[in-house]
Amino acid sequence: MLEAILLTVITAATPLVIAALGELVTERAGVLNLGVEGMMIMGAVMAFGATQVTGSPYVGILAGIAAGAVFSLLFGILTLTLVANQVATGLALTILGLGLSGQIGESFVGQPGIKLQPLPIPFLSDIPLLGPLLFRQDLIFYLSVVLVVGIHWFLFRSRTGLKVRAIGDNHASAHALGINVIRARYFAVMFGGACAGLAGAQLSLVYTPQWVENMTAGRGWIALALVVFASWRPLRVLAGGYLFGAVTIGQLHAQALGIGIPSQFLSALPYVATIVVLIIISHNRRTTLINTPASLGKPFVPER
Amino acid sequence: MKKLIIALAATAAVLGGVSTGAQAQDKTKVCFIYVGSQTDGGWTQAHDIGRQQLQEHFGDKIETPFLENVPEGPDAERAIERMARSGCALVYTTSFGFMDATIKVAQKFPDVKFEHATGFKAAENVATYNARFYEGRYIQGQIAAKMSKKGVAGYIASFPIPEVVMGINAFILGAQSVNPEFKLKVVWANTWFDPGKEADAAKALIDQGVDILTQHTDTTAPMQVAAERGIFAFGQASDMIAAGPKTQLTAIVDTWGNYYIKRTQALLDGNWKSEQIWDGLKDGILTMAPYTNMPDDVKAMAEETEAKIKSGELHPFTGPVKKQDGSDWLAEGEKAEDGVLLGMNFYVAGVDDKLPQ
Repeated sequence: MLEAILLTVITAATPLVIAALGELVTERAGVLNLGVEGMMIMGAVMAFGATQVTGSPYVGILAGIAAGAVFSLLFGILTLTLVANQVATGLALTILGLGLSGQIGESFVGQPGIKLQPLPIPFLSDIPLLGPLLFRQDLIFYLSVVLVVGIHWFLFRSRTGLKVRAIGDNHASAHALGINVIRARYFAVMFGGACAGLAGAQLSLVYTPQWVENMTAGRGWIALALVVFASWRPLRVLAGGYLFGAVTIGQLHAQALGIGIPSQFLSALPYVATIVVLIIISHNRRTTLINTPASLGKPFVPER
Repeated sequence: MKKLIIALAATAAVLGGVSTGAQAQDKTKVCFIYVGSQTDGGWTQAHDIGRQQLQEHFGDKIETPFLENVPEGPDAERAIERMARSGCALVYTTSFGFMDATIKVAQKFPDVKFEHATGFKAAENVATYNARFYEGRYIQGQIAAKMSKKGVAGYIASFPIPEVVMGINAFILGAQSVNPEFKLKVVWANTWFDPGKEADAAKALIDQGVDILTQHTDTTAPMQVAAERGIFAFGQASDMIAAGPKTQLTAIVDTWGNYYIKRTQALLDGNWKSEQIWDGLKDGILTMAPYTNMPDDVKAMAEETEAKIKSGELHPFTGPVKKQDGSDWLAEGEKAEDGVLLGMNFYVAGVDDKLPQ
């Protein structure tokens, strides 16, 4: 029973964690992309489509990542090269993604999907409880763990990561130091798009292997909130994603048990929990300020 | 692509204002407002299939433009008004939440006829129509009680509105007519449409030990989970057999087409009247998907119940029925009145849940 519940939590949390990690890198570079929902749904539809056509969910994963990255490039061109407003462009990207994916996916509706199968890791998967939870998972889950550790290392231990953070904190200074701000931001935006696409692929290949319009159902927005919740730190994204997933699944179980708590309250619980944690961690104003990228959302036009 | 063109055409017609009036004389326009997408695999798709049947039936005599993904709220009023202004003779607003918007627009356009699905507010030029889905739920309950080994079914509900509560009650009454000890676990997803959340609810219920699933939400995700876990389930609004060829026992299939044809005929003949219609299995406004994945005796029972409901011999809400709190509701042989059913806000005995108020 516990194992089954935890497995459901992991499946629910994985897309949130992956999408939030991508957005975290984008925001650390000082770009606010509100189009996560749109990039995610594009990833979902392309991953599903490619899987149906080729029969291989692994091709589907690649297609999802590519779709998210290409779609985010559109955002990059508009906001970085043409210096359009980031908030408005991000919202437009979400609306465009939801509509476009509906058009692309029209013929996929109702088709039974192909589920991405788990890849058990020899020996480790035989450990009681931990084995089935952590080592008998699918590729996307393993990738999510690698991403958390990898991004943490990249941002806080590598030279390039330091540059990315410098750009996010003060793009004018970074530019003066000779860092190519626009090029770095393009990479950061596309990395965010690729992650959102991968998260979308998880939805249409693992979570619910099918295609229905609007199937992201707001998960992109939750991922965006997670980034702030985690105060732009990858390990906290992981914790936040799993906390949110645990409360979401926990409330469904509480209902199924017939505990006499109003379901509307239970449904609101994940959000209440998020707000409470947010209040607690933002208690110390100084550390919050240190972590917030100071140039977030501000346009950058290099002086000649 | 086709729907995009139609949507654009509809928008263009609005922008063109009253200029389309002249063309509307040739073809009668019967218009539709959808809350979801045309291909959602559930509620809206069922309405759209009805629209297509209508178009096919009347061919060149009518046009059937539609607007999809219209949110329930201030936008609904604008969308309906757009349709009315573009020369529609009859407008179908196909979601409960369009009720007040429909009434408002209808007051502004007394010459246009409106029909609102599942609502309870009518006017001179506004009819309402609904299907007695609870008849299908009762049959499902009976099948569940026969097919379940554990004697517990799981119900994924959307919002605590009378329509949904009525369905839950009909299901448990059907089940208890076969097995008086039958239990029902309910999970409120608080959404009509979120495949992930619906799947999570399905998993939670199965992990809590139910071995039959039924749903009052719109996607095939719960059916898919049931198939994966090897238990049985019932489809909702559309035949969901593709999502669970070895899983679906039957499904309540909304078949609005016959109704739309009947009413449009009345409009063309000039004898359309505002009515409050609540049709059932016998009228063909809902049908049961083929009874599959069950032994012959269960199938025979289901077919017999269906026939009895159609003939009027059996009303799912017939006493003696007690409420969940143990108080009496229907006396022996007493049948529930439609008004009570349409405002239903209590559980009958046997539901293992507390109704959100």
